[in-house]
This record gives sequence, structure tokens and C-alpha cells, in this order.
Amino acid sequence: MDKELKVKILDLMIEARCMEERMVKMSKSTDGFFWLGGVGEEAFNVPLGLLAKRGHGLDYDFFHFHYRNGATMIALGMDPADELRQMHNRVTDPFSGGRNFCNHYVRKAWNVVPVTSTIQTQCSVAPGTARAQKRHGGDGITIVTFGDAGTAEGDFHVGLNWSTLPKWELPLLWICTNNAYGISTPYDEVHGQEHIANIVAGYGIPTKVINGNDVEESYNALKEAMDYCRTERKPYYLEAMVSRLHGHSSSSGANRVPDGLEADPLFVWIDRLVAEEVIEKDYFDKKYAAETQRMKDLLAEVRKEPAPTAADVFKHIYAEA
Amino acid sequence: MATMAQAIRMALHYGETHLGVTDVFGEDVGPPLGGVFTASQGLKTAWNSPLDERGIIGTAIGLALAGQRPVAEIQFGDYIFNTIDLLKLAGNTCWASMGQYNLPMVVTTIVGAGIHGSIYHSHSFESMAAHIPGWKIVLPSRPIDAYGLMISAIKDNNPTMYMYPKALIRVKGKDLIPGEPADERELKKMIDAPPGPTLYDIIDVRSRWEPQWPEGLTDYQVPIGKARIHREGADISVITYARHVFLAEKAAEILKEENGIDVEIVDMRTLYPWDRETVFNSIRKTGRCLVLNEDTPVCNFGEHILRTIVDECFYELTAKPRLLAGVDVPGVGLHPAYEEASVPQINDIVRELRGICGEEP
Repeated sequence: MDKELKVKILDLMIEARCMEERMVKMSKSTDGFFWLGGVGEEAFNVPLGLLAKRGHGLDYDFFHFHYRNGATMIALGMDPADELRQMHNRVTDPFSGGRNFCNHYVRKAWNVVPVTSTIQTQCSVAPGTARAQKRHGGDGITIVTFGDAGTAEGDFHVGLNWSTLPKWELPLLWICTNNAYGISTPYDEVHGQEHIANIVAGYGIPTKVINGNDVEESYNALKEAMDYCRTERKPYYLEAMVSRLHGHSSSSGANRVPDGLEADPLFVWIDRLVAEEVIEKDYFDKKYAAETQRMKDLLAEVRKEPAPTAADVFKHIYAEA
Repeated sequence: MATMAQAIRMALHYGETHLGVTDVFGEDVGPPLGGVFTASQGLKTAWNSPLDERGIIGTAIGLALAGQRPVAEIQFGDYIFNTIDLLKLAGNTCWASMGQYNLPMVVTTIVGAGIHGSIYHSHSFESMAAHIPGWKIVLPSRPIDAYGLMISAIKDNNPTMYMYPKALIRVKGKDLIPGEPADERELKKMIDAPPGPTLYDIIDVRSRWEPQWPEGLTDYQVPIGKARIHREGADISVITYARHVFLAEKAAEILKEENGIDVEIVDMRTLYPWDRETVFNSIRKTGRCLVLNEDTPVCNFGEHILRTIVDECFYELTAKPRLLAGVDVPGVGLHPAYEEASVPQINDIVRELRGICGEEP
């Protein structure tokens, strides 16, 4: 990984962190309602966005995200103002026009299919886009993301089965960001497996468990996994052990967990880049201050944008003829 | 004349050769069986899925998101209930994404009683389906409508729930589908897969079989949202669909003969968005109505029709509008005594119609 890429990843991690922190603040003010997001998953989610093949149609990657992929969307090129628009439920929210929670992205131009709050249903849907890609050929793949808790849902097993049908093994990258909690329930209390990967291996899918708080390990593992899916046209499962730095969501207060309890991948990366003399010690402070201010400024602009009206409720129930 | 199974099969063939249908799939939908009701025999895009309803609906959504045009089958309506949250997602995808994504997908499933199907092969699903916004819902009673509604469902860019009544699946129509050979024996020879005494024989004989599709099939459509008058009458309107169109017809004949009552029957065909104009016009003409179906009565789809009739036609009614539905029990029992007591029969319809017509304003 060259120096330029290392700094680029850092910059994107800071940008995503500042976007999420602004949304947490919004959730505690009159600027928004419920927050949930991916603070603590940036070391994995930024490389995911950088390595993906972004575009529209079967030749590009399809994304079936869960609601912790804000950093991936930033790395894909999302303007953070768009996410603030969703958090502020403006009609200008390009994903849902103010209809859905924050971090429920939809962007057809990038093959980002609708994020849904129904846990794990994306695993039953993802084989559909992957099957279309298998039939089409090329190197576009389907990427589906989820947490560890949701793997207890039947849809997880539905998807694993459908991605390994004889002659129809699908180019589908399974990504579990394992933060070891389902809201308040510890992983160890409701899962008998050391890793979810142990289950997946039973379907004959190659698996890898990595430290998702490590940028380089994440980047390399993602590259290997994507290369496999793109060339072999078969599924691969990656389990990234990550942190959850603001709890599950607003439901648990969305407050920063006490220092030292969970590794912060952003500072792990900063410390390494400082040690490698890639950045100066004060790089983060300056960048963080600038991004924090930028998010405030973006929100100030977003506040001026129109809200949905009662008449808007009837729009788009059906597709135009 | 074609049966409903043959009509659906021909429409799916037309869909995969002319309308961009990419996948016809579900349990036993592909070769060798071509569907347990034979509706997908001989189709080039038909394939067998795992025995997994959630995977079927989920994959249909995914295929549609990827720009494909799938037709997914749930083998019996009785087994679609465990997919309801996925059906809700399909229904809200366009709305929740502000029109970015729409799902041109058809889900087919066979519904209703009438074949001694016992507790889990007799369910109705229309009342549940109608409670999931964002879908279009059709339920034909005749082969020609089955063909025309399938063509319309395939062409529609929205998720369409295509139900069909299992009691009528083998019933021949009275109207020739455009392009259908006039000789039904010829049609059978052309498109019905050869039978065999065991699955092994079927696999063997069908491995060498190719259907000969009628060449003149067209994109004959029955528009979604259009009901039809099945029987014209002056004294009372029966608002119904599926199997009960024909049970109502038999009841109408009895009433005509025994009481001189002239019954009009409206076959709704589409349950959502339904044809208010045809329904209201019929009721405004006769002044009396019976809404008729076989689903259980609480939160029955017919209650919605009834409420709308009250809202829109109240002052034009000369008798209380009624709903005759299935009874409020957990299932349709196997013994005919159970089934006949659970689902409206001809005698029940006759009694109800006489009652309404006997009321004085």
C-alpha cells in the first residue's frame, strides 16, 4: 500500500467519522430523529468502498448494504450532505426523500439497492442480483453486508444455500462485520460457534476471519476476496471483527463507549501512519477540525432545503408506466 | 379450449419469447415436472428452486433489482405466508426509494378450496395480499383471462401478485385465446408434456420432448384494473371473483327459474387496483348487492369492497349490502362436510340472494 493510498484512506475515515458524529448530534437535537450507523467500522468499510467496482448495471458490483456502511458510501464517492439530508428528512434526501432512517442508502446509478431495516432480508435478495450477474458474465459481483447478530435469521442460510447451488455458484461476496453484539445481547450468549465463518464453511464457501480494525489487513483480505468472486464466479465469506463505538443506535443512547473498552480503528491507523512517518502528529487534529466544521456548514445548508409535504406521501407508490 | 393451466403456460411462453421474461422459477417449476399444476411445462426459462419460499421471493426481488423480469411461483398459496415481510419490501421498494428502483416481477400462487385440499392446500390469500400496499393483485376465473392477465402482469413494471383458483385449473374455457388452435386435442398434443407412471419414466420420456408452441399467440391483454360482467341481470349484483363466479352463476340459474330473480355477476378479475366503476355501475343499476368470496370473514377483502360500496352507493341501495365469505375457522377440513360448511356453497348463495331480494326498503 503506497503512502498516497494510506493517506487517502485516512482522510475518508475521518470524513465518515465526522459525518456520523454530526448525525449523532442531530439525533439529539431537533435536526433529526433516530440514528444508527457504523462508527468503529471505518477501517474495513473504507477499503470496501475503494476496492468495489462502482457503476450501473450487471458489469458493476451490486451492493446490498446494511445500515452501518456510511464509510463505504463515502469511499464510493457519496457527498456527505446527502446523508445529512436523509438524517434531516428533507425531500432532497436522494435516497428516500425523507422517508427512511439515516444510513438507509439507495443509489441506482451505483447499484446500491435499498437498505432495509428488516434484518438480514438482504441475504435472501442478494442471490437474485448475483444470479443475473452469473448469467451475464463479466467481472461484476454482488456484495452483501450484515452484522453477526442477524446471521441467526433464516435468511442468512437461505442466501448461503442459494449461492452454492450446483452449476449456479454465485459471484457473491458475503461480509459479516462482527461487533460481538446484537443491540445489548453479547455474541457469546446466543451463538455457539466461535465464528460465524464456521457455519458458512459447511456450505463449501471459502471463509476468512480478519481484524476489521486493521486497515491493511482489511484491504488485503477484501482484495483477495473480490478477486476470487470476480474470477472464479463463486461466493466467498469474509468476517471482519470490528468495534461498535457509539452503541447499537439511538436506542442505546448513541453515546461514545468509554475509552479503552473497544479499539478505535481510526486511531489505530493514525498511530501507525505517524509511526511510519507518513503523516505529521498534528495531521489528524487539523483534518478532524476541518471536517467537523464542513459537516456543520453542510448541515446549515441542508436545513434550508425543503421538507416533504403531505402531498408527497402519494408519490412513487407505483412505477411510472 | 385451453384449460387455465394451458393458458398460463402459453402466456409464459409468450412472455419469455416476446416480453423479456428471464426466469420462471419455483419448486418443481422446471423440467421434468413443469410445475405441480403443469403451468410451466416446456418453458425454456423455467428452473427448479430449492424448497424455500423466502429464497424464491428474495431471489425474484434481486433479479428484478438487477433489471431482469422474473416470474416466481409459490407452489401453494398456503405456503406464501412465511414470505410476508419480503412481499412488504417488494411493495415498498419503489416508494421507499423515491422511484429509483421498481420491481417488474410476478409472483404466482394457486389459492382456494374445492379440491379436498385439507388444511394446508385450501387457503385463500387475497385478503392478506390486499393488505400489502405497492402490489397489483389479480385473480382470474377463466382461461382467457388467465392468459390476458398474465401478459399484463409480465408487462407491468410493478410487483404483481398473480393468484389463480386451484378448483378451476383444469377447467376448459369457452373462449378461444388468440392464437390457440381450435382443436383442444391438437393443443394438448402440442404443449402438454408426455406423462409417465413414475418420476423416472417422466424424466426419461421428457428428456426427448419439445413442446410445439402455437405460432399465432399474441400479446392479448386483459388490462389490470378491469372487471367484467359475467352475467347480466337487473335485480341484484354479485361482486365476486375466481371459483365463486361459477358458483354464483349456478345460483343465479336457480333463482331465475324458481323465483324469477335476475342476477348480475361481476367478475372482478383484478383485486387491486379494483374496478370501482364497473362495480358501482352494476350496483346502481340493480340497487342490491352481495359481495362473495371464500376467504375467512374477519378483515376479509370483501369487507373493504362492502365498505366502499356503502361510502359510494348508499343512497342508491334498496337493501342492506351483504358479504358472504368463508366461516371463521382456522382451516378448511378434509371431509366434505367440513369443506362445505366452511366455504360458501351454491345453496348458501341462493339463500343469501333470496334474503337480500326479499327485503323491502
